Amino acid sequence: MAFLELKNVSKGFGANGSRAEVLRDINLQIEKGEFVAIVGFSGAGKTTLISLIAGLLKADSGNLTLNDLEITAPGPDRGIVFQNYSLLPWLSVFENIFLAVEAVNPNWSPQKKKEHVEKYIAIVNLTPARDKKPGELSGGMRQRVSVARALAMNPQILLLDEPLSALDALTRATLQDEISRIWSEDKKTVVMITNDPDEGILLADRIIPLSAGPGATLGHAIQIDIPRPRDRKAINHEPRFKEIRREIIEYLLNSKGEHHATLTKKLILPDIEPEDLSLPRHALGGRTKPIRRREVKEIEVSA
Amino acid sequence: MKSFKLDWLVLPLIGAGIVLLLWQISSATWAKELPSPLKTWETSKPYIVEPFAKRGEMDQGILRFTWYSLILVAKGYALALLIGTPLGFFLGLSKTFTKIFDPIIQVLRPVSPLAWLPLGLVLFMGAGKNASELGALFTIAICAMWPTVLNTAVGVRAIPQDYLNVAKVLKLSRTKTLFKVLIPAALPYMFTGFRLSLGIAWLVIVAAEMLTGRPGVGGFLWQEYNSLIYEHIILCIITIGVVGFVLDRLMSLAESKFKTA
Repeated sequence: MAFLELKNVSKGFGANGSRAEVLRDINLQIEKGEFVAIVGFSGAGKTTLISLIAGLLKADSGNLTLNDLEITAPGPDRGIVFQNYSLLPWLSVFENIFLAVEAVNPNWSPQKKKEHVEKYIAIVNLTPARDKKPGELSGGMRQRVSVARALAMNPQILLLDEPLSALDALTRATLQDEISRIWSEDKKTVVMITNDPDEGILLADRIIPLSAGPGATLGHAIQIDIPRPRDRKAINHEPRFKEIRREIIEYLLNSKGEHHATLTKKLILPDIEPEDLSLPRHALGGRTKPIRRREVKEIEVSA
Repeated sequence: MKSFKLDWLVLPLIGAGIVLLLWQISSATWAKELPSPLKTWETSKPYIVEPFAKRGEMDQGILRFTWYSLILVAKGYALALLIGTPLGFFLGLSKTFTKIFDPIIQVLRPVSPLAWLPLGLVLFMGAGKNASELGALFTIAICAMWPTVLNTAVGVRAIPQDYLNVAKVLKLSRTKTLFKVLIPAALPYMFTGFRLSLGIAWLVIVAAEMLTGRPGVGGFLWQEYNSLIYEHIILCIITIGVVGFVLDRLMSLAESKFKTA
């Protein structure tokens, strides 16, 4: 059995009448130590999918298991890096990570907790900013804190929910390299959600497209057999890179096309019958009121 | 208008000057009983230059009276916060709790301090000579706690889901979630409530002292009205205003310290 396994998972929101299905029949198997990227449109349900794995949401049907144990609630065995960082603004970098370390390892000595926190601050290169509040940091630095916090919990699996999509292109590239470096150092199982196919191909072992919603489902996975370490400049010329990228984008665009016809619009007409202006109008004794559409019993056809 | 040097001092002084002038004109023309600014100053002088003098129970320096009032306000205000903050948290956290208690809170909230005070006196009638103090405390607490209750509730409801998710993922205990996440996140709102509550507590104290005749700014005001020394009424009004202003400033200073990004 796979390390993380999702079987026929579906999830929708809203009450019975106006229920919108977000995810339909999601099947996913991830092996230990694997880096999997799931790529899809914004609004396709990517965040819903990661929230299900995190246990922040409950699936309507299907099973989710991690290490053969069913996922029912959130827990520190699944470290999450949220898109919007989710740092507590009243705590410094150190305190934010310390809170997580303390929650996961309450029995450690204070000295050990402190060293552990310092170690992870160093891994994401933030030691000079350890006493700063999140408000004083740039977006990229905040996301590093968030990554350090997730890693410091020493989770069995790391869930990255569009971790880089709020950042500018340059910061994004730097952080991609950093994530790649950190991952190659301790080979954690990673599920990364992204809206950027290039990012997925650059970082992951396997990339899976998520079709456009509503009722999004996973397409077939593509093994990224480009050898590591992958160089971001060289990879652009790699034929295999282009091939995977084309395949992913084609799948995503086709999935979007299928849903175009589902939108129907009801045209509401004004409640007035059009008047034939070519007919002579009666100056006196003629109609003063417009004919209401709802008053017309049958259409009078003049020969 | 262009700002110039010392405008922060000169412009408010112009405002005060205009009010003084209106006061002077009023006392000279249509309100003959109203003491003029100069007469007010002369009659009030002993109370201002010897602010801590104690010549008798109801004849003391103005700051000494203010001090009595402040002590009573501090007690009543502390009581209001002690009751109001937890109540606000429960309202913010539980929809059922809100449904049960929100209507009654909305009904009790607009009741005037003058209406609560007699009830307070009745409640603590058994306390003998402490009855007036306990009645006043009751009135301050019950009138001043509403802004704290409502702002805390709003603050707790406004906590971003992200922060709650962090608490969930870390499996923080209830106490830890409360002290590490809920309270810090709601603190800016709570402080707004605290500041408004303090303003109300200071409003209520004057009314409470007037009705109970306790020594304090309000009690002094009422006594001087009864002894026809109208100058002291004005002295008291100015003192109440200045103290209220200072309290509000102190609270907004404290508030800005706790504002988080």
